[in-house]
Amino acid sequence: MAVDRSALPAVGPDPAFAFPRIARHQLANGARVCTVEHHGVPVVTFIVQIDGGYGADPSGREGLAAITADMADEGTGDLSAIDVSDALERIGAEYEVEVGADATSFSLTTLTRFAARGADLAARMISRPSLRQADFDRVRQLRIDRLTQLKDMPGPTADRAFLRRLYGLHPYGHLSIGTEAALSSLALTDVEAFQTWRCRPSAATVVAVGRLSHEALLQAVAEAFGGWEDPAGCVAQEPAAADIEPPATRGGLAIVPREGAAQSELRIGHLSARRGTPDYSALTVMNAVLGGQFVSRLNLKLREEKAFTYGARSGFDWRRGLAPFALQTSVHTGSTAEAVEEALAELAGIRGPKPVTDAELALAKASLTRGYPRGFETTQQVARAVSQLVLYDLPDAYFAEFVPKINAVTASDVTRAAERYLDPAKMHTVIVGDPAQIEGPLRTLDIGEPELLPVEPRR
Amino acid sequence: MSADVSSIELPFARRTLGNGLDVIVHEDRHVPIVAVNLWYRVGSKDERPGRTGFAHLFEHLMFEGSEHHDAGYFPPLQQAGALLNGSTSTDRTNYWEVVPTSAVDLALWMESDRMGYLLPALTRERFETQRGVVLNERRQSYENRPYGLAFMAIVDALFPPGHPYSWMTIGAADDIRAMQFEDVQAFFRTYYQPCNASLVLAGDIETARAFDLADRYFGDFPAGERPPAVTATASLDRGRALVQEDRVELPRLYLAWHSPAMFAPGDADLDLAADLLANGKTSRLYRTLVYERRIALDVSASQHSRLLSSFFLLAVTAAPGHGLAEIAAIVDEELRRVAADGPTDAEMERGAAHAEAHFMYRLQTVGGFGGKSDQLNLYNVFTGDPGFFGRDLERYRAATRASVRGAVAAHLTSKPRVALSVVPRGQVALALPGSEPVVVS
Repeated sequence: MAVDRSALPAVGPDPAFAFPRIARHQLANGARVCTVEHHGVPVVTFIVQIDGGYGADPSGREGLAAITADMADEGTGDLSAIDVSDALERIGAEYEVEVGADATSFSLTTLTRFAARGADLAARMISRPSLRQADFDRVRQLRIDRLTQLKDMPGPTADRAFLRRLYGLHPYGHLSIGTEAALSSLALTDVEAFQTWRCRPSAATVVAVGRLSHEALLQAVAEAFGGWEDPAGCVAQEPAAADIEPPATRGGLAIVPREGAAQSELRIGHLSARRGTPDYSALTVMNAVLGGQFVSRLNLKLREEKAFTYGARSGFDWRRGLAPFALQTSVHTGSTAEAVEEALAELAGIRGPKPVTDAELALAKASLTRGYPRGFETTQQVARAVSQLVLYDLPDAYFAEFVPKINAVTASDVTRAAERYLDPAKMHTVIVGDPAQIEGPLRTLDIGEPELLPVEPRR
Repeated sequence: MSADVSSIELPFARRTLGNGLDVIVHEDRHVPIVAVNLWYRVGSKDERPGRTGFAHLFEHLMFEGSEHHDAGYFPPLQQAGALLNGSTSTDRTNYWEVVPTSAVDLALWMESDRMGYLLPALTRERFETQRGVVLNERRQSYENRPYGLAFMAIVDALFPPGHPYSWMTIGAADDIRAMQFEDVQAFFRTYYQPCNASLVLAGDIETARAFDLADRYFGDFPAGERPPAVTATASLDRGRALVQEDRVELPRLYLAWHSPAMFAPGDADLDLAADLLANGKTSRLYRTLVYERRIALDVSASQHSRLLSSFFLLAVTAAPGHGLAEIAAIVDEELRRVAADGPTDAEMERGAAHAEAHFMYRLQTVGGFGGKSDQLNLYNVFTGDPGFFGRDLERYRAATRASVRGAVAAHLTSKPRVALSVVPRGQVALALPGSEPVVVS
């Protein structure tokens, strides 16, 4: 039968998909446990998520949460750092640490036949790290050196300056790696205190996903983590970063100089919403239309129409507290001002002057919903998705409700969300680029006098 | 259901259509998605000096429209819930979509339309836009990135002028600017033919139906002619020491050697050698340079396996206050030790455990870069056997202390190499002594 090429073939009805069932448990020590049976290859992933990420860094101790997490694989019991690494390799484990704004996650993936060994190793590393002085000195120096290297990287430099512009001295206002000054002043005692008071079973959730039964997964976790105890004494009750109101800021233009740069690294945005907002679905659709996917206003304009960039995107850097909305891209130096102008026009447009069209709405919703099951293929994907539910206090039905909720978003919901959560007058524009080439053209845009920022933010 | 994979296997069925298009199917019904993955046997090795970067620019054009869908390829596929992308390497160009089971027809219709009917939709304007996008990609990924030009200097020194691996896949900026719209047509007709391509369907699809669909969408295209395979050999007759100044804070040493081609004897051994030398905290160079002496910030090594020949690359970033000569001396000492005594039993055990687990992890996704569909195509295109997965793993299981020792001795310690020092501007003294300055852009 010849192919009919007069029109694209129709897409059939969405295939049924059963989202993972989450079983919730609690250990006697207070640790919460979530287990999910996964039916792919014989692989298991454990994620240990601890409340408190880099937003829990005390003022002047920026980088403490991250360096503490980094110390987990530097030795435990009679195992040295090298021994820990050797033990991980012998079970073919993939071990990762992610220090987010509100939580720290340790993830270990291994073959199911090593599930008990993997869980045991994770528990020993996370609950009883050795915290030796020599290891701390080395790790701290490596992190200081890495910060030095970041100064040459336009992306992280832009992120760093941007966070600081948005949050000021709020606990969310720095990168997880911290600052050179803070890292230099950290002592091992800081890490010990942070480890003791933050990294405790009553603040932890263990997610276990693999080709094992709920019972077997729970047993592996219980045997490994059951002996972990909260520290004696009361836990200091400092307000979480999410509960601290960020200072009000005025938008404006700032440049981190990078002389002779071939491209300008761009961030445009402001603080916008919390992950728990009831407008989450509307904002997700709005962002998909604006810059959340390849076919979006920003990428089509800046890449496909103007060829200013290899790609442009926007998104929310979600957290429990007030989160940034930001556009990010890297554009040809000569096109910087024009790119900023076009981007700002798109950000303003979606609030009403250029409302989302029916076609855009249909595309965004279909893309978000039809592609959704794709995110549940691997144990890591599922474990991470479940740990997000825990982090943001979302219900177990969240996965099943995602698609109907996105499908219920209307064009006016999108416009209303954009009006409420995007404000062109408050936009911060941060550019890492060559001032000699970009300042002049940027002055013609009426977005304020460019302020020159240092690479390493001042206190 | 093919989900019971207690042994590490990647089962498949293969059929070659009348026009020479290879079709390979792998069933995995565990998530309702299907991966469509199409490889063309063309990469930057097929370019000529002065025209470098063409294969990659052409890849961009494949997303801009075809005769019967004369518009961008992203909107209809994205609307169907697909993820899609493409990439170009020295040896091949690949395109893939991961679609819900309900959109397999759409993906195949579009993938086949651009194979059969690309040219009528290609306009000068689309060509010019993508030229601009690629120049931005080049600035973003190479020129404006610390150490971003090192790779360029290395391949330039490692391969003689005119060798198909002597330029980068992204191409020279001047070549990209000089590209002619007229060259697009000849390139397409030469390389984008069914007989020069390999299609994999993997995921939630029945094998018989997958073959039917492949035949239906691609079967009518004329075979075309398989273009002649590029051949080239390369060796260094003497070692080269080079220094490149860059916008970096810390100096980095790169050491590069020619090494056996992908899947040739010694290739897996050098992959194992890379891990035991420089990957992870237990590796010898991490241990001595970063952990014990603290004179380096990071180390890495990899066997860059390629079709015509490979190269082995080792990189070390110095800690502040340390020069690269000090580091090179220790690296050389460790290399000599491996060449003389081989790995320890513990190192071999770790290597085997790593291979076993990572081959299993590779079976977790059907689509995208590195997913099962991409692996089947890699094996089919580079070895002619989509079932090479098992033999690939067998190479790692069969490696011994003697074979790894032998590979290091034969290809690294006894052979000339390129040593590139990338140093902060104005600090050439941190480079290996006697290095000649090199400028690439």
